[in-house]
Amino acid sequence: MREPSVALVPAPGLRRIAGLSRPALVLLVLAALALISIACFMTLGARGSWSFIIPFRGRKLLALCLVAYSVAISTVLFQTVTNNRILTPSIMGFDALYILLTTATVFFLGAGALTGIDPQVQFGIEVVVMVVFSGLLFRWLFVGEERSLTLLVLVGIVFGILFRSLSQFMQRMLDPNAFQVLQDSFFASFATVDTSLLVVATVIVVLASLIMLRLAHTLDVLGLGRAHAINLGIDYRRTVVTILMLVSVLVAVSTALVGPITFFGLLVATLAHSLVGTSRHRYVLPAAALLAITCLVGGQTILERLFAFDTALSIIIEFLGGIVFITLILRRAAR
Amino acid sequence: MRLLILAILVTLVLALASLFIGVSDVSLAALLSTSAEDRPMQVLLISRVPRTLAIILSGSSMAVAGLVMQMIVRNRFVEPSTAGTTESASLGFLAATLFFPGWPLMGKMLIAAAFALAGTALFLRILRAVPLRDVMLVPLVGIMLGGIIGAVTSFIAYRFELLPSLLAWTMGDFSGILRGRYELLWIGLGCAVLAYIAADRFTVAGMGRDFTTNLGLNYQRVMVLGLVIVSLVSAVVLVTAGSIPFLGLIVPNLVSLLVGDNMRRTVPWVTVTGAGFVLACDIVGRIVRFPYEIPISVVVGVVGSAIFLYLLLRTRRHA
Amino acid sequence: MIVADGVTKSYGATCVVDGVTVTLPKGGITSIIGPNGAGKSTFLSMVSRLMSLDRGTVTVDGLDVTTTPSDVLARRLSILRQDNHMTARLTVRDLVSFGRYPYSKGRLTTGDKTHIDAAIGYLNLAELSERFLDELSGGQRQRAFVAMVLCQDTDYVLLDEPLNNLDLKHAVSMMQQLRRAARELGKTIVVVLHDINFASVYSDHIVCMADGRVAHEGPPDRIITSDVLTALYQTPVRVETIDGRRIGLYYE
Repeated sequence: MREPSVALVPAPGLRRIAGLSRPALVLLVLAALALISIACFMTLGARGSWSFIIPFRGRKLLALCLVAYSVAISTVLFQTVTNNRILTPSIMGFDALYILLTTATVFFLGAGALTGIDPQVQFGIEVVVMVVFSGLLFRWLFVGEERSLTLLVLVGIVFGILFRSLSQFMQRMLDPNAFQVLQDSFFASFATVDTSLLVVATVIVVLASLIMLRLAHTLDVLGLGRAHAINLGIDYRRTVVTILMLVSVLVAVSTALVGPITFFGLLVATLAHSLVGTSRHRYVLPAAALLAITCLVGGQTILERLFAFDTALSIIIEFLGGIVFITLILRRAAR
Repeated sequence: MRLLILAILVTLVLALASLFIGVSDVSLAALLSTSAEDRPMQVLLISRVPRTLAIILSGSSMAVAGLVMQMIVRNRFVEPSTAGTTESASLGFLAATLFFPGWPLMGKMLIAAAFALAGTALFLRILRAVPLRDVMLVPLVGIMLGGIIGAVTSFIAYRFELLPSLLAWTMGDFSGILRGRYELLWIGLGCAVLAYIAADRFTVAGMGRDFTTNLGLNYQRVMVLGLVIVSLVSAVVLVTAGSIPFLGLIVPNLVSLLVGDNMRRTVPWVTVTGAGFVLACDIVGRIVRFPYEIPISVVVGVVGSAIFLYLLLRTRRHA
Repeated sequence: MIVADGVTKSYGATCVVDGVTVTLPKGGITSIIGPNGAGKSTFLSMVSRLMSLDRGTVTVDGLDVTTTPSDVLARRLSILRQDNHMTARLTVRDLVSFGRYPYSKGRLTTGDKTHIDAAIGYLNLAELSERFLDELSGGQRQRAFVAMVLCQDTDYVLLDEPLNNLDLKHAVSMMQQLRRAARELGKTIVVVLHDINFASVYSDHIVCMADGRVAHEGPPDRIITSDVLTALYQTPVRVETIDGRRIGLYYE
């Protein structure tokens, strides 16, 4: 006798271990791994007083977790909405768009925007602009009638290059000495996290997550594809645009904190899907977020504390992610 | 034919204009009123003429390299920077700088060319391993392959603390060109001439292996020739001026819209348009922020990606 | 009753559906037949709001499909297209359960579960219900999708070439199940079919489309005639009556 109200799709009771279904088991293991990485990050190689270490490392940890969460969630949502497993927001130029907006702010409001306004307020404004702009752009790209996926990817990549080139162009138009300040934002570095934006970033991520929870029941349906989603009564255009706006907010957060990272999201989303074995978002979303935290926090701990590298993690992640991408494309093409 | 002459004239005018833009005074009057040993003439000979020549040579040879690549891959959306060639060349240049720091530029360039050849061959190998039904997948695989090679390159550069110099090479920029530092680019011109001579073969090879063999040509040999041309040009341009994205993509596509796809006819067009396009972009880069300069790769990046987007979305409407 | 009035769709200069005005009666099976490129699938997509209309209106029991909220329509009309490539990895049961989404919005009740079991049983999928879709053959997957649409329990069920990927046995049983659904459950079923003989034997009403227009419509015995079919497909078709059924022969 089952309970009268169960979640949308009953768990596939396939291979149960210790009374747990496979997705639940995967989530447990991932959560344990994430906790271990966090513990190692906070304690390994700690010298000096804990009253200094805890807030110092804690801020960095929070920033890394925010980035991991934002990248993982935004990628999974984006893949669901676009109904593919190859695209990620970064491949489609979302982060380049954020950099362009940041540059444009400095360009049009003068360098005072960098120093004069409170960075948290400035970031808030940039996020709002980003939401509006991406809302318009991606409404045009994704919501119309179905388009060739590969064409979209290519268009997205080229848009990314256009945004990046435009930002570089504007930066060159700035005071040649001042553009150095902005140029840092072109390179991803997990070692030098910008912690000045932590409060506003946390607030934004929490707000975005609340909106996502309200839409949570549509996600599995959207994953069936456009035709099925409409058939099942989803207000497709509105839901998709809302989710894409959430995605752009999350991308803005991660880009602002560490800079652009192209393939990280792809890496964790792909791994999460294959580990969990089902496409249901109540499992995939937390799995991707936990994986991302493990990779970032754990990877940073290993590289920083054991090998004394600092910016190399982003390069390693790009390399692995790039290989995953090619494998995915080739497998898809071979089918 | 008359149109082609017009295009050549426009390019010449751009080249002349390019000679007379810059911080120091190199006007015609200044040249005539001073002797050959004086500053204006020296600036002209040491800096301006080499720069303009470098632009013309790299613009035209990169455009031709793009055209050759599109012919042998049979895809209108590939060029050295969407096939891993440019990134492989910078990996090679980095390796040469690390292991043979004392070699002349020519030697390093040859190593870069060898890497470019290997990278492009790898790209073709991947394409052959999986039959790609979708034309858009080909440049996508190439861009991602380039991304992976680029990640390896930056990792090595990072380990040897060469990241800043790597960034300086890969950012295409003609402002450092002086007499004695651009002459390698003549090799690029040689390649373009070679491509013109072998044009018919590439057109035939573009029809496919079976078609080529049926006409009694050695398909493999034509492909290797094409690969060598593309790799040499990419390496030469990379080590002298840096990478200029999209050039090899946009120029041949625009020309094909204008005069069609017979390569014998398009090579002169592509050569002239490529030179004119880069000259125009360079002049823009020099004027907008005078007396500072905006690197050519940034200007071409903006203009080029905009044109590329137009080409992509235009095909969609046709499909 | 589905009423289409002046429905038009063009891509660039080519008009795919050109002012179609037709009434699809309530109840029974209505088949849409016609040569490739006649605009059948496009028409079905517009009726089911998957595509926008350039001109004209479509109403389903008086509800305009372009203005009625999507979730209201989802309880009246369901659509299954031919190409159901899916990136999501789901079991058959998962998929069929989605048919209840318009009612449950993600929280299944015991009533929903009865519908799911019934739909799975209806298409003989009980043994496959815990298998993942990507482990099934094309025909099994096709049946799973049909089960989902039936589970949606709408008055109108629109199917675009449901016999694709099905062998003879499964094609016949699919048409029998659809006819059962029409007769026993009182559903209105609209199918796009390629095989004129399936259309002839199982339909109550046939609509012929050619060049984006409705060429003929009527009961099978008026449509399945040598004259109509020969003109429609521009290929000689002879119609014979075998065991009281009108069968088109075109293998000359």
